[in-house]
Amino acid sequence: MIVAFFFYVFAAILLVSAAAVVSSRNPVHSVLFLILAFFNAAALFLIAGAEFLAMILLIVYVGAVAVLFLFVVMMLDVNFAELRGGFQRYLPIGATVGVVLLVELALVLGGWKFAPDAMSLRFAPVPEATHNTAALGDLIYTQYVFLFQAAGLVLLVAMIGAIVLTLRDRQTSRHQSIERQHARRPADTLAMVSVPLGVGMAEVSVPPPPAPPARRLAHADGHADGHADPHDAGAAHGGGHHDGGGH
Amino acid sequence: MLANYMPILVFIVIAGVIGAALIGGSLLVAHQKPYPEKLSAYECGFEPFDDARRRFDVRFYLVAILFIIFDLEVAFLFPWAVSLSRIGLFGFFSMLGFLGVLTVGFIYEWRKGALDWE
Repeated sequence: MIVAFFFYVFAAILLVSAAAVVSSRNPVHSVLFLILAFFNAAALFLIAGAEFLAMILLIVYVGAVAVLFLFVVMMLDVNFAELRGGFQRYLPIGATVGVVLLVELALVLGGWKFAPDAMSLRFAPVPEATHNTAALGDLIYTQYVFLFQAAGLVLLVAMIGAIVLTLRDRQTSRHQSIERQHARRPADTLAMVSVPLGVGMAEVSVPPPPAPPARRLAHADGHADGHADPHDAGAAHGGGHHDGGGH
Repeated sequence: MLANYMPILVFIVIAGVIGAALIGGSLLVAHQKPYPEKLSAYECGFEPFDDARRRFDVRFYLVAILFIIFDLEVAFLFPWAVSLSRIGLFGFFSMLGFLGVLTVGFIYEWRKGALDWE
């Protein structure tokens, strides 16, 4: 009795929030309504006895997929004036697609028939002796091993695809290169020079500081920039000095 | 089983009642006289410069999608751990194969530098 009551409560909130997802004007609001719908669907899963699925729905969908939706909404440049601008232009093709979908839905729902034994099969086949998570675990990894491995491959493809699509090398970024840091010796960068009083930089011939490490392209040949750059760096150093004197 | 979730239900009901009481109480009892100055955004005295709805860097999306993948991987570990004693060596190595496939992806992502924030 009380379970039936809460089933109708959660189902009603689920339907209302699902309607709000598609009808709310602000896309961020519709993502928040989607999260509410996920929560209620998890409660319905619990009532149906699928405890593990309810928790996974919360962890995966609310915890990760909803965040992803929020990012997508934030990444789109949602300019409503611009969105409305194309309304007239895209009306014919949109109406055509909508009518086709409507006809298909009508065909599907019109041909709907209950299987004769559907009423007996609709009860969730919950095994009596074991609980939900164990019932899943007994089947997934042995009986459905190919589907399980295929799921792993799909995840691998998703991972590589996300990296290939979104990761681009930024030329301006400065990575930490730990090998270079460890390979660096004090003698490469430091020179102890005892400077007599009243003598300028030019007289003691201070060696110019080594060039700053070039970008990642010059990664492989650490020697090359060591040889090629002293003149360059010396020029830069002299320029800086001169600049300072001028001011 | 459902009886175990009774405390969560009680919690949800109490949270809903408190939330509704706070908002409804402020609507019913408080003295409300809005005018445009009062309703404008408070931002240290000057108007907000532009819309908050700006584009995100796509790297946030990359982090989120990599998180989902490992989230799912961990989700598959739970039923496996529960029924490990019944599914035998085959089930054990089936999971190891799954983890191996995802480890290939993990090494790829590590070497590509997708885990570095720069």
